[in-house]
Amino acid sequence: MSTPDHLLYTKTHEWVRREGGEAVVGITVHAQEELRDVVFVELPNVGRSVKQGEAVAVIESVKAAFDIYAPVSGTIARVNDSVSKNPQVVNQDCYGVGWLYTISPVSPDEFTRLMTAEQYTKQLQAETH
Amino acid sequence: MARFNSREMMSPQKTALYDRHRQLGAKMTDFHGWEMPLYYTSILDEHRAVRQALGIFDISHMGQVFVTGPQASQTLNRLMTSDVSQLPQGRACYTLMLNESGGIIDDLIVYCIGPEAYLVIVNCANRAIDVAWMQSHGIGQTTIADLSEGRSIVAVQGPTACRVLEQVLDAKVTSLARFEIAPIRTMGPDACLARTGYTGSDGFELFLPDRHAVRVWDMVLAAAKPLGIQPIGLGARDTLRIEAGLRLYGTDMDSATSPWEVGLGWTVAINKPEFIGKSALVQQRQTGVTRAFVGFELSQGPVPRTGTALFAVSDGVPTRIGQVTSGTYSPVLAKPLGMGYVEPASAAPGTSVRFTVRNQWYTGTIVKLPFWKGDPRQPALANSPTPGRLTTHVDS
Repeated sequence: MSTPDHLLYTKTHEWVRREGGEAVVGITVHAQEELRDVVFVELPNVGRSVKQGEAVAVIESVKAAFDIYAPVSGTIARVNDSVSKNPQVVNQDCYGVGWLYTISPVSPDEFTRLMTAEQYTKQLQAETH
Repeated sequence: MARFNSREMMSPQKTALYDRHRQLGAKMTDFHGWEMPLYYTSILDEHRAVRQALGIFDISHMGQVFVTGPQASQTLNRLMTSDVSQLPQGRACYTLMLNESGGIIDDLIVYCIGPEAYLVIVNCANRAIDVAWMQSHGIGQTTIADLSEGRSIVAVQGPTACRVLEQVLDAKVTSLARFEIAPIRTMGPDACLARTGYTGSDGFELFLPDRHAVRVWDMVLAAAKPLGIQPIGLGARDTLRIEAGLRLYGTDMDSATSPWEVGLGWTVAINKPEFIGKSALVQQRQTGVTRAFVGFELSQGPVPRTGTALFAVSDGVPTRIGQVTSGTYSPVLAKPLGMGYVEPASAAPGTSVRFTVRNQWYTGTIVKLPFWKGDPRQPALANSPTPGRLTTHVDS
């Protein structure tokens, strides 16, 4: 469950779910555990155009601030206002109600550069060994 | 901040409770050469545990310096800003040790533990500097002994601290008033219990030979289990002290900081005939200081981080007035908090301070410290002993 099979992943610990014409983005359990104690989330403006790998959001924990990157290029379509109001939901349910924003992708090819659950799990194992 | 480079090259020091921290799954961190717990589960959960029930801390990295001899009181009175000569046996005071220019070498607590005997608790990063300074300014036959190696400090903080320690120590700890210290009879002559802490909540600190540390730790955890208890790491120790408006040496003050600037003038017995730094302080009081230490809060927003510039804005033009030295998020007040320095003209409670984070402006409001005013179910706890209060030694 910590790395759901139906999602795609980035090296920087974001997850992506394709939903209709949008890519829904959040952070993984691993990222959430590393951050701990999320106290502030800064989300991008809707309509902003972003490039794959660009820092688009910020999550602050008690101790530090962390950039969240765009997994694919496109336009920010929606942001999850409930995480701005209640940042702890990122810790409580990072794959569900703790999603961050969606992107309308301009280049569906970019999804092929993302990792599968299996590849991401291997990366995590490599990082911790 | 003030790190010893030589320490960093060496393998980190471990306290007598190191194995317990690993067993409890603590995330460890290097703190001035010591391998200490940063958190066990979550900084915010640990913080709430101290405010609502109880937390237990290993703070054995802090220095324990014993000052003894017929002129011990005279020595400390020369070294410290407070009038240590007025400190009765069994009582403690929070005080400052200054250099000749009136800058703060360290902030510390002096406990009078016997006739001609004092325990001084110093910051771990300053220990070597403090001990050298104290030894070079001792008067007469005063012994200044750094007994930190081989000794532990366990802090037990939170509203249920009294109940739990009465059970664990089988002693009447309620009779110990804030800023009082007494020997723990059952643990030999060199174990003491004091009603002090660095959280703003009620609580105690136990100064122990290492051989008692693990047993006390286990007993407190077991006894408090029905009431709720968490081991607390340095992360929550920091958020708790900020909420309580308590300054941190190396972050909120250093050797170039005057007690008047950091708002610790209340520790200065300026009418004492002599103490190191006095003439500089007298002069500063006449000329005035150029910065004042304040606390500010936001209703919501990012955490104001150390080093962030603070501005006043008039007619749309921002003017820099100071900077943040400590910041955190308060889980109890549910808002970001900051402390730092501003120009004295902008220091009044109610004044707005602005700062930018990632090119966005945020506005905080200066408030009177502490941010957290204490547990409404309990009598107010001053961070300092009531001036002029001279109770006699309370026997446990």
